[in-house]
Amino acid sequence: MISEAGIWGIFLIPVGALAIIALVIRPLLRHHRTPVIAGLITMGALAASLVLSVWALVSVMEDGPLIYDGVTWLTVAGMEMRVGLMVDSLTAIMLVVVTGVSLTVQVYSHAYMKGDTGYVRYFAFMSLFSAAMIGLVIAGNIIQLYVMWELVGLGSYLLIGFWFHRPAAAAAAKKAFLVTRIGDFGFLLAILYLFFNRGAFIEQGLNPLNIVDIQAAAPLIAAGTFAALGGLGVTWVAVGIFAGAVGKSAQFPLHVWLPDAMEGPTPVSALIHAATMVAAGVFLIARFFPIFQASEEAMAAVALVGAFTAVFAATMALTSNDIKRVLAFSTVSQLGYMVAALGIGAYGPAIFHLFTHAFFKALLFLGAGSVNHATGVFDMRYMGGLRKVMPWTYGLMLIGSLSLAGIFPFAGFWSKDEILGHAWRGPDGLDAIVFALLIAGVALTAFYTFRMFYMTFHGEFRGGAEAEQKAQGDAAVGNPAPKPHLAESSLVMLLPMGALALGAAAAGYLVNPQVDLLDIPAHWFSYFVGPEGAKAPPLNSGLAAFAMGLSVLFIGIASLTHLKGRGAGKRVERAVQPAVTALNRRYYIDDLYEGKVVKTGFYRYLGGFLDWFDQQIVDALVDAAGWLSRNLGWAVGRVQTGQAQFYAIGASLGALAILVTYLIWS
Amino acid sequence: MDLEKFLILSAVLFCIGIYGVLARRNAITVFMSLELMFTAVTLAAVAMSRYVASRQVLANPGDASEAVLQTLLTGQVFALFIIVVAAAEIALGLGIVIAFYRSRETVDISQANLMSR
Repeated sequence: MISEAGIWGIFLIPVGALAIIALVIRPLLRHHRTPVIAGLITMGALAASLVLSVWALVSVMEDGPLIYDGVTWLTVAGMEMRVGLMVDSLTAIMLVVVTGVSLTVQVYSHAYMKGDTGYVRYFAFMSLFSAAMIGLVIAGNIIQLYVMWELVGLGSYLLIGFWFHRPAAAAAAKKAFLVTRIGDFGFLLAILYLFFNRGAFIEQGLNPLNIVDIQAAAPLIAAGTFAALGGLGVTWVAVGIFAGAVGKSAQFPLHVWLPDAMEGPTPVSALIHAATMVAAGVFLIARFFPIFQASEEAMAAVALVGAFTAVFAATMALTSNDIKRVLAFSTVSQLGYMVAALGIGAYGPAIFHLFTHAFFKALLFLGAGSVNHATGVFDMRYMGGLRKVMPWTYGLMLIGSLSLAGIFPFAGFWSKDEILGHAWRGPDGLDAIVFALLIAGVALTAFYTFRMFYMTFHGEFRGGAEAEQKAQGDAAVGNPAPKPHLAESSLVMLLPMGALALGAAAAGYLVNPQVDLLDIPAHWFSYFVGPEGAKAPPLNSGLAAFAMGLSVLFIGIASLTHLKGRGAGKRVERAVQPAVTALNRRYYIDDLYEGKVVKTGFYRYLGGFLDWFDQQIVDALVDAAGWLSRNLGWAVGRVQTGQAQFYAIGASLGALAILVTYLIWS
Repeated sequence: MDLEKFLILSAVLFCIGIYGVLARRNAITVFMSLELMFTAVTLAAVAMSRYVASRQVLANPGDASEAVLQTLLTGQVFALFIIVVAAAEIALGLGIVIAFYRSRETVDISQANLMSR
């Protein structure tokens, strides 16, 4: 069994890597072009963390959840705030996913970032980002979790804005940070709500900041024996936590930051989309799942937001021409599936989908980076025909795409089907809506995935970076674009993709098989992750066949429109031009936020009001103080005549006044 | 004779003194008025000493404690102090007046206005 120190090691080893890179390597090797040692330290640290994570997973499998009280950090208002550890089955799975995906991404990054002047800085940030996410999943205390939660936000900010000299990257980093902060504020309010109701927890012998105790309180709340959080109280807590998850997991209406986050280096996108940043939101809901279960309203909100986002984001992926943006919208959509699954109570399937999604989405992003390495562009209009020059990338991307589209027997098929199965078995109207939306999402996913795939790899090559520069006009870009060197990426980039492809192809039935598979018991994952006594539903073969048939149908449609040249696709797009424009403008939501909310609401009205308040009220008060002292001084100064007899009159009158006062009051 | 009459006389003298100090321009007259105020205070002190403390002792000779006996002559001692202080003050004050006269060729105290702002 892994010790407490071992679990801390999973978190502290990447922190140590960050410290060594930032404090030793960077100052010493400042002028070195590519100090490989920085990359090796990060990879080594994450490899060690991965080993410890697997050990932790095995320990949890054998001995159940590992919960350590840790040390007291603060004693506030009669209760202790402890920095502890909570490693249950959810954490154990997350640890393996985070460290595993992160390790493959680091290996890939070494090749991708070679020659970049920020190579050392990149790996320092990557260590920080991974460490923060690990710290988030092992946190035993809600405050501790919140600190790590914000550190993940910081890491994403630093990495999205990694090429900070590009205005678009700097703006995207700021946008990501600010938009997620909106959700974080809801999370903070939920924490404060728990804190102010601590009396009720302490009465029950629970600590309102300990995650284990919060989970333990949930059944009491549901049973109605926990007055402080009864009724709407628990809904507020759940909604607050959900707000945090909406921000981090880029759910509607806070999804706007994720497509812009593409400005970061591509491996960063892979990490953000697969394991760290956006997974944190789903993890958060899962972590406080008992609280959500205690509130029907909160569950309904979670389910509807998730299902709506799943379709909403998928439609925006239909017309996007940027390969990374297609994948970004796809992530938002797939996260919608996970959130919706949690909302309908399908806890195990949601985590299962998170697990499989991590593999195929990381794979697809690394593939997009590989394609970019060859062509110099992300715009798919200037790609095409790469199948011939990049056979390995082609094959690996095909596995990822099939998995994302939910084709048997790839990983995505199994997890998506479990979610659909749960939604189908739902008894009331809400589940029917959720189910319909998720099925629509399946069709859209299949279409945009293969539209992207065909535009990138099939047809004729359309010129890469040179063509893009010509299309934008030479004035737009200062220096000439590098000539695309159409060739397969190096083995250092292909191997991590291969590892992820294995997961994307096989993780579905290996960890959660339908029947006993050698040593692996049937539905192992569902039973391991799911709450006590959860029953894994048998595969609904009719539904699975229907969903897959739908996928195949829409892949077929994509083949018709985009496989042979782009003629058919272009004609269709021209026919529905207004819709395409609306989709490309992302339903004008970004325009609404930036134009109306930020520029008009904040800059003009709020800023205008504050400016007015500052000038008319604050400045007026300051001016009044100066005016008053100056004029009061002048008035008092008039008394100083220099005439001794005038002073004597004052003294006499004063004495008289004292005498009169004395006589009256005594 | 009653205590009141002494006190009324003292008050009248004090008010005449105040009037002189506040209203007169001639520095010598101001000094004389000041002396009048001193005199009024001295008179009140002696009168109190004579009428208040000693009456108390005479009324209850048996209760005359050490503390009461000590107050018997306080007023009169005060009178002597005031006379001494007044004499010293006059010596100083007249010196100032003479110095003032030497620089301004006048003893009009409205001319002593260098302290105005």
